[in-house]
Amino acid sequence: MNMRFAFLLPMALLLAGCPSTPSGPEQPDAPIETRVPTVNAGSVDGRDLPNELRDPKNLLSQRSVYFDYNSFEVKREYQELVSAHARFLVANRQLRILVQGHTDERGSREYNLALGQKRADAVRRVLTVLGVQEEQIEAVSLGEEKPKNEGHDDLAWAENRRGDILYRGEY
Amino acid sequence: MAGFFLNRFRNLGALACCVGFLAFPARAELVIEITGAGASRLPIAVADFAGETESARLVASVVRGDLERTGMFNMLAAPGVAMDESSTPNYADWKYRGADAVVAGSVAPSADGRQEARFRLYDINRGLPLVGSAYLASKPLLRLAGHRISDAIYEKLLGEPGVFSTRIAFVVKNASKSYELHIADADGQNEQTALRSKEPIISPAWSPDGAKLAYVSFENKKPVVYVHSLATGKRAVVANFKGSNSAPAWAPDGSRLAVVLSRDGGSQIFTISADGSNARRVSTANSINTEPFFSPDGRFLYFTSDRGGSPQIYRAGASGGDARRVTFEGNYNVSPRVSPDGKKLAFITRREGAFRLAVLDLENGQTQILTDSYKDESPSFAPNGRMILIATETRGRGVLSAVSIDGRVKQRLSISAADVREPAWGPFQR
Repeated sequence: MNMRFAFLLPMALLLAGCPSTPSGPEQPDAPIETRVPTVNAGSVDGRDLPNELRDPKNLLSQRSVYFDYNSFEVKREYQELVSAHARFLVANRQLRILVQGHTDERGSREYNLALGQKRADAVRRVLTVLGVQEEQIEAVSLGEEKPKNEGHDDLAWAENRRGDILYRGEY
Repeated sequence: MAGFFLNRFRNLGALACCVGFLAFPARAELVIEITGAGASRLPIAVADFAGETESARLVASVVRGDLERTGMFNMLAAPGVAMDESSTPNYADWKYRGADAVVAGSVAPSADGRQEARFRLYDINRGLPLVGSAYLASKPLLRLAGHRISDAIYEKLLGEPGVFSTRIAFVVKNASKSYELHIADADGQNEQTALRSKEPIISPAWSPDGAKLAYVSFENKKPVVYVHSLATGKRAVVANFKGSNSAPAWAPDGSRLAVVLSRDGGSQIFTISADGSNARRVSTANSINTEPFFSPDGRFLYFTSDRGGSPQIYRAGASGGDARRVTFEGNYNVSPRVSPDGKKLAFITRREGAFRLAVLDLENGQTQILTDSYKDESPSFAPNGRMILIATETRGRGVLSAVSIDGRVKQRLSISAADVREPAWGPFQR
């Protein structure tokens, strides 16, 4: 999605909606679009990344590995995804990734940071077994601090127990 | 004492300027909720202070508020007549009113243009003055003089130092998803922002001299340990190794910190110089080892480990060696913090799915659960060991709560429209 256009369009509407004379009659319910897209500071759109990583039809565009409760093993259903990234990283030794491990919100923040690290380390281990070099990977934990789903139920917690793969340029 | 105030003035003066220019939508509000404080409370009256009305009223109200919040005093109504520190109280009259102790005082401009707050504490039953003193403060910092008076009264009457002039640190998560590290007086007033970030901040830890905070910031998309000098705002990276860096805890002499690094894989405890040099691995077990906390004598580290299959608290020598398991009840015991006298261990225990503050008496092995909440986190002892500050949740919002070590007195600090978490109670101000 082109951020610049998304931003300009509402601004144009906003300007068009401004009355030229302040003393003019008030327009009730004028359909003025004042919303602008919220961009999370620090997020990067990674436009310089190889196309494979951004093409939604490519498995490499999928970056999240989900874990069971109290589990730190990469499930069978994510083996294909992790293998695809491993092959890509082996073929492109100059690429670097950050693996961020996450937990749900229950329990101590620091202990959760350690649990998230176990998830990030699990993904890293699979990648290195498949030939990715250690210096291509940094495995870190964000613990419970950056939930994907802000809810407080089993569904939200399941979405938050994960490992995310970010390519340099995205972090 | 004069040195202390001069120092505080310079530091706080600079910060106060910044605060003045920033709009603060969120305002701290201290809600006092004292439960179960028994008949043993000491009856005391703080008379209206003499002198310049506004300042005198402020100082007297700070002292009353401080003493009342402890739950250790039965605050008697003052008769509405100002009483300065040198006018001898009518002992018979106060005795008739039921007071064991009476505080009188005054606030007046000093020769150097500041305010001088004086007080004297009287023992009504024995009919004599117990202690008195004078504190200089510029007008905006008059509250601090009040806290100093409260400290002196508390110590004289209860035989242990007061913590009214200490400070607390905590993290505020705003509705806009930004994170702020705040510093406030122990009563929640005089709140200031030390750090603002788009990314989470956790685990603030006060240096033993109260001048710095170590904490974990995620501003670089990974946990990195910083040390932040509060007076200057200067920050230094202490641990940014490959992988995660977290859980800072100061050694009692302030020279080193214990931190948790994942650079060797897993989460392992290291000690590191306060300048970030000389990292030495302490834990060796092939399991999670985190949340280190030094014993007050610096000889031991308490920490959380899952080496036995569930997270439990262990103790080992500060430079490594065999670990001894400390907690046994329940299958989730985390976040150990040792009391300043080394005799008690505060931690968070999970019971029937709820996370609660517990205190273990390290001498007799008895564990007492102090709260009935469901999401307690991050305990820290007041420097006199009397209260424990925790983060907890009410109606889905993060608040701070101070709980007395017998569980009978509870205070709550909340900020409207914001989540408050990760509290740390600072040391005595020297």
